[in-house]
Amino acid sequence: MMQVQKPRLILENGLRTDGRRPDEMRPIKIELGVLKNADGSAIFEMGNTKVLAAVYGPKEMHPRHLALPDRASLRVRYHMTPFSTDERKNPAPSRREIELSKVIREALESTVLTELFPRTVIDVFMEVLQADAGTRLVSLMAASMALADAGIPLRDLIAGVAVGKADGIIVLDLNEPEDMWGEADMPVAMLPSLGQVALLQLNGDMTPEEFRKGLELAQKGINIIYNLQKDALRKKYAEYKEE
Amino acid sequence: MVENSGSKIFYQDRSIVTPGDLIAEGEFQVPWSPYFYKIGNKYYSAITGLLSVKEGNIFEVIPLEGQRYYPRIGDTVIGLIEDIEIYGWVVDIKSFYSAYLPASSLLGRAIAPGEDLRRFLNIGDYILAKVEAYDRTINPVLTVKGKGLGRISSGVIVEISPAKVPRVIGKNKSMLEVLTSETGCDIQVAQNGRILVKCANSLSEETAISAINIIQSESHIKGLTERIRAYLREKLGGSKNDASAEAKTNT
Repeated sequence: MMQVQKPRLILENGLRTDGRRPDEMRPIKIELGVLKNADGSAIFEMGNTKVLAAVYGPKEMHPRHLALPDRASLRVRYHMTPFSTDERKNPAPSRREIELSKVIREALESTVLTELFPRTVIDVFMEVLQADAGTRLVSLMAASMALADAGIPLRDLIAGVAVGKADGIIVLDLNEPEDMWGEADMPVAMLPSLGQVALLQLNGDMTPEEFRKGLELAQKGINIIYNLQKDALRKKYAEYKEE
Repeated sequence: MVENSGSKIFYQDRSIVTPGDLIAEGEFQVPWSPYFYKIGNKYYSAITGLLSVKEGNIFEVIPLEGQRYYPRIGDTVIGLIEDIEIYGWVVDIKSFYSAYLPASSLLGRAIAPGEDLRRFLNIGDYILAKVEAYDRTINPVLTVKGKGLGRISSGVIVEISPAKVPRVIGKNKSMLEVLTSETGCDIQVAQNGRILVKCANSLSEETAISAINIIQSESHIKGLTERIRAYLREKLGGSKNDASAEAKTNT
């Protein structure tokens, strides 16, 4: 591979490589019910990252012996399409994708009221259509929106955003260069109404001070995203309010 | 906002709630529902739904989404026979579980050994039944004991989303009233999102079916009952004139 020099992540004017302020997020777009065959579906876009999620179920589990007697099982697949990256990605599930599927499944298990549907299974599929940092959180949010679209009872919607450190400065919602060259990357996902953390990972290093500051910044971003998610769900039924 | 001796409901009647919305705080005598949950004395919504606040500090979350039926004991459902077992039938009721109809319920007696249940109900038959038993440990059990229950021998089944069933029935059965009186059809709406339509002629049948489809796709738009009435009058009234006009040209 060609050796590339680390670029400057924070420019002289204090802005980032894509012109954002350190505490600014990328634009977000949410679309619901995009697939006809799925029980619920959503497309979630955050800047250039774009993920399609589809939900099937709850339905009876086959083979029967895999069903859990007291709650629904979740089968989650996170997958990157071959055309989602600069260079073609082998469509076979990689070690990374299998791990992320597990991480996302565990985050979703914290919100889905699985105990309402014993012996059943809920299938969640996520396809990364375009990758530009933060795919695990965008996938997780797409999945939670698709679950809400399917009418599956949830404790709360999941909202998440990454914080990181680029050139020594705490930044919100990393982009690709910051993800690659930055000193730290910390994805945070929460159940905002309940104030619970659903997913938290940390790559790189941060001082306790930086960690606190980062978590606070992430919470601010999460609240903004959460309101956008609720608006997206409500928008479909805007006419109800006028009655 | 309704306030009553320390307990509060945070939303107006008929407002839309999304998963995680804090609906109410305090003590309420509300029936259990899968569509909201309680932590301490706080009630949160679990789905995208319409909050209905009733007098006497009672609220209910009515789902707006959902392709599957959540079984409740006593509900009338229309089932499709999926499989035949030794002592009964496996029935699809558009739920996340298959229901079971014991043969003794249909026959009113025990089954003789070696008796072929196919003679009574075959795969692909529709039945009108009631949910007799269901809880989280067992799949729903159906019964056909009761007036009008049993095998459906005539009519057309229309499938809609179970979440739209209250809309097809309407407030105090207003919508159902319009549908039956305007088309003259016998319409039975089952709680699991299947509707049995029995009509005298194919025209009123087609009109009734298309009206049901309109209700399903425009269920959230205001003044639907009146528009459906107008639609049915136009379709049926208009075609009657067509028929008489045709008769005139023939003579």
